[in-house]
Amino acid sequence: MSAINCKAKVIGQQAVAPDIRRLTVEWADPRPEFRPHAGQFYMLRCWAADEAPVLSRPISVHDFDAASHTLTFLYQVKGQGTEKLSALKAGDTLSLTGPCGNGFDVAAAAKSGTGRVAVVGGGIGTAPLLLLCKELAAAGAKPELYVGFRDEPYGLEEFLPYCAAVSVATDSGAVGYHGLVTGILHPENFDLILACGPNVMMKGVYKLCAEHNTPCIVSLERKMACGLGACLGCTCMTKVGPRTVCKDGPVFAAEEVFDLD
Amino acid sequence: MTDVDLHVDLLGKRLASPVIAASGTFGFGPEYADIQDLRVLGGISGKGLTLNGQPGNPGERLYETPSGLMNSIGLQNPGVAHFIEHELPAMKTLGTTVWANLGGHTIEENVEGVRMLCEAGIDFLELNISCPNVKQGGLAFGIRAVDASEVVTAVRKVCTVPLVVKLSPQAENLTEMCKAVEAAGADGISLCNTFQACAIDLERRKPVFANTFAGLSGPAVRPIALRMVWQAVGAVNIPVIGLGGISTGKDALEFIMAGAAAVQVGTANFLDPCACTRIVNEMADWMQAHGVHSLDEIRGCARNN
Ligand SMILES: Cc1cc2nc3c(=O)[nH]c(=O)nc-3n(C[C@H](O)[C@H](O)[C@H](O)COP(=O)(O)OP(=O)(O)OC[C@H]3O[C@@H](n4cnc5c(N)ncnc54)[C@H](O)[C@@H]3O)c2cc1C
Ligand SMILES: Cc1cc2nc3c(=O)[nH]c(=O)nc-3n(C[C@H](O)[C@H](O)[C@H](O)COP(=O)(O)O)c2cc1C
Ligand code: FES
Repeated sequence: MSAINCKAKVIGQQAVAPDIRRLTVEWADPRPEFRPHAGQFYMLRCWAADEAPVLSRPISVHDFDAASHTLTFLYQVKGQGTEKLSALKAGDTLSLTGPCGNGFDVAAAAKSGTGRVAVVGGGIGTAPLLLLCKELAAAGAKPELYVGFRDEPYGLEEFLPYCAAVSVATDSGAVGYHGLVTGILHPENFDLILACGPNVMMKGVYKLCAEHNTPCIVSLERKMACGLGACLGCTCMTKVGPRTVCKDGPVFAAEEVFDLD
Repeated sequence: MTDVDLHVDLLGKRLASPVIAASGTFGFGPEYADIQDLRVLGGISGKGLTLNGQPGNPGERLYETPSGLMNSIGLQNPGVAHFIEHELPAMKTLGTTVWANLGGHTIEENVEGVRMLCEAGIDFLELNISCPNVKQGGLAFGIRAVDASEVVTAVRKVCTVPLVVKLSPQAENLTEMCKAVEAAGADGISLCNTFQACAIDLERRKPVFANTFAGLSGPAVRPIALRMVWQAVGAVNIPVIGLGGISTGKDALEFIMAGAAAVQVGTANFLDPCACTRIVNEMADWMQAHGVHSLDEIRGCARNN
């Protein structure tokens, strides 16, 4: 796993929902070892080293197209850093460090059992799942997608070509099942479940999986300074000792990072 | 065109430039190997080690402040033996000097760690005396000059490579501390480590960090660090390596003009992962523009009246 740092050119940016942006940039490095994969992320920065916020911001790879060298991020505008990212326009440049992290092991996922894979997302946690579904589909294991949103879902049309089915749950009942995504997920029907979303959601999914002995993989978040495994600011205590979320993760087996109680 | 020579002769070793990556911010070096040409650096100070390793602190470890960063990593490290077997070999191939940064909770731990590291082959030993001394009720070795003197004296006996002692800005009396460490046999001094600081989470109505206090670094501390480096240079006759908030070539040159033999760059690596090499280039640009050939022409120049 190796990362580089470069200035990347912005191809475009759109609002997908009131506080959600899709940012497309050029990732021109042709070397295979620096080709981004599902579950990996970049440290983004479009403000000077002496400007706030001090740290760059980690954002997952939402999509990558090798033919057109386009790298896409999907992110929620939360505070100062993402606010500054949201002002980027076509032609601007930003600093990218990456691809960071281990990413999902898609080859192994596609080969688990009979290849029945479910991908579960919550809110902006769906960001890394598009490329995951794409890579799974390409590996011959088109997943079923289960997503939970607070209210109106966003970005789902992108997933349709790469998923065997898409099921939606919303807290408000605006669309699909009225309730949590765990209310519509049946782990007994799958050989493997891959999840990304708020911690409470991932824990809920893991619990459900554990009841049915279905392996569960999750993608974690931590505050990050370097994104490279150099500062140990993002350590999470796992059953096999301390691990960096940025380099050893962000993708972990759920049983390594969550307790069942 | 001025020919600029940035090399530094430090304690018998030749450094390609005065810019050394600071401990705890650069892993053991390979993390940055695809990002910049590390041979341009004067050295890499590895993640702080303790003899037996430790898992680090629970809870929040990072917190941003205006132009600063607070950290409470708690010296998470794999231990000296693991470092020697697994990380040191790669560190030695990076084409720059290897600095092992070591701390310990007792004098015996420090001594044993230093002995093992010197045997394994390193270029510099940077002794971090900001660690709590368990025998002194957790008071760090770096607070009182007597405690620092005791640990440096003991370590000196087994240290076969240049011994650089890294001072804490929390030292009771900085000048006294510098002189004590020099008298105890240190070959050089590096300062500053992080500044003890605090932040409170209004929603939880509790300190942000599980340990209440955490270390502040980054541009916010630079003028204070520079003042301390100035004082250290005035107090001792051994080389002083300056650090604290250095983010640009001009920042680094301020420390050199205050008399620092070399500088270290920490938090700036997070603001810009190419910070170390960029700072080297910016120093060279400034020197070229001002007709300065070597750092010896300007080192300590700000002190002359
Ligand atoms: C590996 C990784 C991948 C990520 N991928 C994406 C992504 O694809 N899309 C996306 O929208 N976001 C993603 N995030 C989260 C994103 O990094 C944060 O939302 C962002 O850093 C917030 O920065 P800010 O300056 O806008 O807000 P801040 O002012 O820093 O924070 C605003 C609020 O968000 C919270 N927050 C800040 N950082 C995080 C974090 N890392 N995790 C959870 N809460 C946080 C703060 O506590 C605060 O309440 C990812 C995080 C990680 C660690
Ligand atoms: C995340 C982090 C981890 C650090 N870990 C260590 C360490 O293990 N040993 C040490 O001597 N100093 C450690 N430091 C202190 C730095 O090496 C440096 O002294 C300090 O941050 C001031 O320099 P800066 O402002 O350039 O970062 C750490 C600093 C940071 C920010
Ligand atoms: S963010 Fe620095 S080690 Fe993970």
